[in-house]
Amino acid sequence: MTIASSSPPVRRRGDGALAAVFIAPAMLGFLVFLLWPTLRGVYLSFTRFNLLTPAEWVGLDNYVRMVNDPIFWDSLTVTVEYVLINIGVQTTAALAIAVLLQRLTQSSLLRGIVLTPYLMSNVVAGLVWLWILDTQLGIGNEIISALGFDRIPFLADETWAIPTIALINVWRHVGYTALLIFAGLQAIPNDMYEAAKVDGASEWRMFWRVTMPLLRPVLAVVLIMTVIGSFQVFDTVAVTTAGGPANATNVLQYYIYGSAFGRFQFGYASAMSVALLVVLSAITVLQYRLTRAGQSDLG
Amino acid sequence: MAAVTTPTTPPTSTTTAPSAVRPVRRGFSFGRAAAWTALGLIVLITLLPFYWILRTALSTNAGLNADPADPLPVDLTGSGFERALGLQSADEAIAQGGAGGGLDFWRYLLNSVIVSTLITGCQIFFSAMAAYAFARLRWRGRDKVFGLFLAGLMVPTIFTLLPNFVLIKQLHLVDSLLGIALPSLFMTPFAIFFLRQFFLNIPHEVEEAALLDGAGKVRIFFRVILPMAVTPVLTLSVLTYITSWNDYFWPLMVSYSDGSRVLTVALAIFRAQTPATGVDWSGLTAATLIAALPMLVLFACFARRIVSSIGFTGIK
Repeated sequence: MTIASSSPPVRRRGDGALAAVFIAPAMLGFLVFLLWPTLRGVYLSFTRFNLLTPAEWVGLDNYVRMVNDPIFWDSLTVTVEYVLINIGVQTTAALAIAVLLQRLTQSSLLRGIVLTPYLMSNVVAGLVWLWILDTQLGIGNEIISALGFDRIPFLADETWAIPTIALINVWRHVGYTALLIFAGLQAIPNDMYEAAKVDGASEWRMFWRVTMPLLRPVLAVVLIMTVIGSFQVFDTVAVTTAGGPANATNVLQYYIYGSAFGRFQFGYASAMSVALLVVLSAITVLQYRLTRAGQSDLG
Repeated sequence: MAAVTTPTTPPTSTTTAPSAVRPVRRGFSFGRAAAWTALGLIVLITLLPFYWILRTALSTNAGLNADPADPLPVDLTGSGFERALGLQSADEAIAQGGAGGGLDFWRYLLNSVIVSTLITGCQIFFSAMAAYAFARLRWRGRDKVFGLFLAGLMVPTIFTLLPNFVLIKQLHLVDSLLGIALPSLFMTPFAIFFLRQFFLNIPHEVEEAALLDGAGKVRIFFRVILPMAVTPVLTLSVLTYITSWNDYFWPLMVSYSDGSRVLTVALAIFRAQTPATGVDWSGLTAATLIAALPMLVLFACFARRIVSSIGFTGIK
């Protein structure tokens, strides 16, 4: 996991001109489509801008409005609820799948199968489960009904909608997360398990005494990465509930999109994007802290 | 979010792979049986939805209403696919529970192929060039510029979408395939980082030999470095292709009409065009399969390689 050192200095003339040519396209992309939009996004958050007339500087107005906007706080709450359920279930399930794969089999076929939903777009995954969970015709509700329970309007009910969307995205992403954790598990020397076995440890005990402590740094990275991804949820909401019922699934990204493309308030939408960026940056800083703290475990 | 993969070590290097953990071999035990059952259950939850979509796509809407729990296709038919591919007349489609406004998924399929191919081809090539400059060429400020690119990893793509839309609009590229592809065409910090890691591991002797033969650095890049990097380039390409194929948010912003509509956006429109009588589930699931199938095939071709390359790059 170390970053390899750069090439040793060789005493010859530099490749400045050639390097300029080689780096030019990437540099263009970096400046125009990454650096510039980042700066511009921050700038727009201080303006009133509807795309048609030039942006007009309004200072902190958008931020003042944001802090006083109950819908903003609502959608932030909904987003956090989504992230907690999504990440909680996904990380637990991915860890279980990774450990099962590691301790039972090295089959790459199984690993391939587990990864399959990840190949679907969020849109496809959303539609697949929209159909399976349909209140009247979905096989999920047919089974629930056959078992003698009441049908559940999973995506049309204020209480059920967010957990349902969170679990749909678990279905799509859990295999990928599991394979990341699986890769981390591969780095744990087998001797550790052999030694534990000689001492008569059970699989359960080995998991807590060997796997978990050594996996901690990997888990921290995976957790932070998936949390950042999770905060950006949009697609699944857009195709399954469109933010409803009654704003119950109006996640932040969906509200931002609506503000920009529905109400043409690009300035306000940018301010909310900046707020999200701040939240995500805080999480990234946390990532550095956690991984540094956990580095010593495996040499 | 960027995919995370380990650069495969070049064929000539002698790094040792971490020893694979041997599976536990013991006789029957309750715990092992339970573990296998759990794994079986996971495989079922993973795969059954795919079967259910296929079964639905091959049923008629009337059949689905009459018999929602039948494990086999009801009134086996290809009409869902015909509707999705625009092969049915409007009257016919409405009669079978579809929407009248025909969506032509051939066209969206082609658009998706164009956008994903353009992005993958250009992005990987330009990133490889930059990665080579960062790994193998000597120039002033190299490490500083690389650090700047790395910092780009910190900006979530989603943050750049709104300002990028404003830019694409100013360039009059809204509602065009080029407009969809352009922001991803040149690089991603991740692709550069990933390929640089690999290039750094290629032994210098290989290059020195080519230099002695009188080859220039450009020639070395194309004739020595790139051919040695086939595996990581291929892995990265497949992942990039899948990512751009599945992208929804950005094409949704940029595309308004048929000419620039990609599959993900078309699917969402198909869903929104629900006829008053109820959703055209047969047509919708058929369209879903059309959108998903190419990635399944692509993955099937490279599965072993991709599955074993998912890991950590050392980005911390």
